[in-house]
Amino acid sequence: MSPRRVHAESDAVGRRDRPLRITVDGEPVDGIAGQTIAGVLLAADRLAWRRQRSGAPRGVFCGIGVCFECLVTVGDERDVRACQRRARDGDAVTTQTREPRTGHAPKPSPRRNSDASAGEGK
Amino acid sequence: MTGRHVAVVGAGPAGLAAAETALSAGARVTLIDSADQPGGQYHRMLPEAYRAVRPERPQHGWRDFDRRRRRVLAHPRCAWWPETSVWALERPDPEEPGVPRVHLLRGPADGGGRRRLTLAPDALVLAVGAHDRVLPFPGWELPGVFAAGAAQALAKGERVVVGDRVVIAGSGPFLLPVAASLLEAGSRVLEVLEAGTAATVARGWSRRPWQLAAHAAKSGELAEYAALLIRHRVPYRVGRTVVEARGDGRIEEVVTARLRPDWSVVPGSERTSPVDALCVAHGFSPRLELPVAAGCALRRTPGGEFVAVDYDQRTSCPGVYAAGEITGIAGAPAARAEGALAGWFAGGGDSAAPALRPLRRGRDRGRAFAERLAEAHPMGEAWPQWLRPETIICRCEEADYASVCRAVGNEASAGARVAKLETRAGLGPCQARVCGPTVAELGARLTGRPAQRHAEGAPTAGPHRRPIAQPIRLGELAEPEPSPEDPTAGPHPL
Ligand SMILES: Cc1cc2nc3c(=O)[nH]c(=O)nc-3n(C[C@H](O)[C@H](O)[C@H](O)COP(=O)(O)OP(=O)(O)OC[C@H]3O[C@@H](n4cnc5c(N)ncnc54)[C@H](O)[C@@H]3O)c2cc1C
Ligand code: FES
Repeated sequence: MSPRRVHAESDAVGRRDRPLRITVDGEPVDGIAGQTIAGVLLAADRLAWRRQRSGAPRGVFCGIGVCFECLVTVGDERDVRACQRRARDGDAVTTQTREPRTGHAPKPSPRRNSDASAGEGK
Repeated sequence: MTGRHVAVVGAGPAGLAAAETALSAGARVTLIDSADQPGGQYHRMLPEAYRAVRPERPQHGWRDFDRRRRRVLAHPRCAWWPETSVWALERPDPEEPGVPRVHLLRGPADGGGRRRLTLAPDALVLAVGAHDRVLPFPGWELPGVFAAGAAQALAKGERVVVGDRVVIAGSGPFLLPVAASLLEAGSRVLEVLEAGTAATVARGWSRRPWQLAAHAAKSGELAEYAALLIRHRVPYRVGRTVVEARGDGRIEEVVTARLRPDWSVVPGSERTSPVDALCVAHGFSPRLELPVAAGCALRRTPGGEFVAVDYDQRTSCPGVYAAGEITGIAGAPAARAEGALAGWFAGGGDSAAPALRPLRRGRDRGRAFAERLAEAHPMGEAWPQWLRPETIICRCEEADYASVCRAVGNEASAGARVAKLETRAGLGPCQARVCGPTVAELGARLTGRPAQRHAEGAPTAGPHRRPIAQPIRLGELAEPEPSPEDPTAGPHPL
């Protein structure tokens, strides 16, 4: 099993969800209004979405805006902390990588934005 | 009305209480938080958009919080600025101590269209809280390994559970509320592992039992969590921890081991169990960048560095007060009491007011509790034994243990600052918030010299020195500097 959202019907807090849809590297991902982008991704069984210099996958670590491991591009805004940003219906999210451009065969996820390292790493 | 303008940074238990008493003292208050709702870590609220019928269910002490929140936010002299981050504090003159100007960005997190604002308050209350401190171990960078607070924030704040075969490991009583949040949300917790051995934990908790009794609210809450673990048959094991996480591209199993009191591994005690998530926290790191930027002196404790405050929550910097987790890790009731004192004095309140007595008592009890926590859950000296040469220390720059050792083993690079430059440890996007204390500690051990510290009132290039406390975009920085806002104008439209 993996991360998941508590089912609304069995949730003790009594939610009245409103669905929303974002795209991640072009693929539609469904969530509910109020979730952070990280929450939407996790609940859709995506545990990692960013790549480190070595190519190692990363997702949420601190969950409260401190570690900067969850960075994504939202529309044309780079380096947005996915755990801090509430998803809006229609957000076009692009994943980021710090992996240097290798020039050879495409990575497993072809839509991954491979020139992302420029804005990161101070 | 005292006519003073108090800016309160952070709307957690400490900041909210500070805003309330500053208002009762007659001041005008601007309450600022980067989150879109008040509550901080302890009272993390569900998003409005969830339209929850019973939002109080995952919460403790909701009624009081809810009342305070409504009272403060609706107060005519309070301007509530959510989704507003303090990205810098600017001292009026580097030589002259004084209340710094507060530079703010208002709008969705890390968004491009945020509005830049500046405040020039008469007094400043810093109540920015803490984040989890996680020690490195092999595999801690794998997806599915979370800081314990992340799992809690996701469960409490958005009803997402990180997994259904979860191990919670680390040290301190805060592992219990994390387990409780996961269980409440219907996740399965396999075990909770406290690294401290039974003898250490028991010694710390029972040395002065009257202090614990005085802190009944908090210990009652802990007893409740313990009962919940029993009800869900979740074992709480002491003297055991996760020494390795393994998996291919994500966590699949953990290796746990028995620990001696110094946290060295008992050979042969290793056990492997399949998991889908691991939550770890070995303590807390206070968010010190703003206090350091303001020029506040720090104090060193066995549990790490915190903002030094006097009897009235004053920092060493005139007009700047500190409250809550940045002055010591003592839990929400203590944070509230500190906040209430800080806000009262920042607002120009009378120091002979009778209401101060119980607040001071609450604060002092909280401090005793914090001391006791530090004694019951000291970090074992021998934790670096879990590391391997290839274990990642700085997650951002993927600097491993071997390269940190090489950098600090070199005589010319003994300081934490140099270790940074040679390994890039601490130079990544998190600006050493995660690895800073670890690199400083490893450096101190490897060179036999104490970790770098700040001179009283004059911070050096220490691990908390970050000229920019929150990320700001170049476009935002290039905008003309706004003139100070008048908070009486009420909340600003975005
Ligand atoms: C992730 C996490 C979970 C925790 N869970 C529990 C728990 O379940 N039970 C428990 O007893 N204790 C818990 N604690 C300990 C907890 O921190 C305290 O009990 C209590 O919340 C401390 O209150 P505070 O007001 O000092 O800080 P916080 O509650 O942390 O509030 C600080 C506030 O400051 C804001 N802030 C920080 N920096 C800036 C900035 N630059 N600009 C604007 N705003 C800023 C933050 O958004 C936050 O809302 C937790 C701590 C953490 C880190
Ligand atoms: S998970 Fe750490 S900043 Fe988002």
